[in-house]
Amino acid sequence: MTVYDVVMLAIAVIGGAAALLVVTARNVVHAALYLVVTLLAVAGTFLVVGAEFLAWTQVLVYVGAVVVLILFGLMLTRAPIGPMAQHNDNARLGLLVSVSLFGFLATMILSAFGDAALPLSVTTAGDLGDVLYVHWAFPFMALGFLLTVSLIGAIILARREEGEGPEPLMEPGMPTSRPEPAASDASSTPGVTRPSEELPRA
Amino acid sequence: MMLSYPLVFAALLFSVGVYGVLTRRNAVLVLMSVEIMLAAATINLVVFGQLAAANLGDSVLSGQVFALFVIAVGAAEVGVGLAIVLLMYRNRASVNIDDADLMKF
Repeated sequence: MTVYDVVMLAIAVIGGAAALLVVTARNVVHAALYLVVTLLAVAGTFLVVGAEFLAWTQVLVYVGAVVVLILFGLMLTRAPIGPMAQHNDNARLGLLVSVSLFGFLATMILSAFGDAALPLSVTTAGDLGDVLYVHWAFPFMALGFLLTVSLIGAIILARREEGEGPEPLMEPGMPTSRPEPAASDASSTPGVTRPSEELPRA
Repeated sequence: MMLSYPLVFAALLFSVGVYGVLTRRNAVLVLMSVEIMLAAATINLVVFGQLAAANLGDSVLSGQVFALFVIAVGAAEVGVGLAIVLLMYRNRASVNIDDADLMKF
């Protein structure tokens, strides 16, 4: 049992326990913070098997961006922060499905690769870049296109359109949050000329 | 290193993610469970990619490149997913996915 085995087992235990806490925590913010530990364990797995660029990408993208995005999602949807029942009526059925799935997968893995060894080799960021920008150049560009499209799609989906959604609660007498566009507003905007104000043609 | 350790870890993460997707109520927590399942798939890609690079002479690092693609697609997925959750919260004032039954037969 080498030092890699010990480190991998420790990472697996920590990551697995954190993942279990993610799906069972009664406090949604705690679940998001346990997700950080799980994703860091995944990054540690990448480091152990020698994929160093992927490990730091995992840390930057998931721990840095996705978890922050999820925390903002919890905030913006005003999720019940306090402890409460978060599971629906399918908990027992879901437990049965997932435990049997894990038993099946673990049995298959151990019977197929029970005593196989993984030869370890370090892949540096330079090695990955050499093949990524030469051999995988076109899929890489397609991936960039996909990211652009999904960014635009997310903006279009999340944008509040005029007259959509519930009206904000307001006391009578308060100024409305959506004032009617007045003529003075439009005409005083720099660079905007209304058709009626165009100079008469000579 | 034993090949089965990271694979069993990935299987555990995937099963836990399946449990979360099936039982969680809050749509954001369902998204988090989906992220855990994606991480499990990524571990499988990296580990078998390293195995192919060592045993089969795969010189173009297919496993790691695909894992990188999965990470990027996962980031795009969580962006669009959270936008959909925000839209659902705005229109129905709830993020309980049991309430999203408009298209249920």
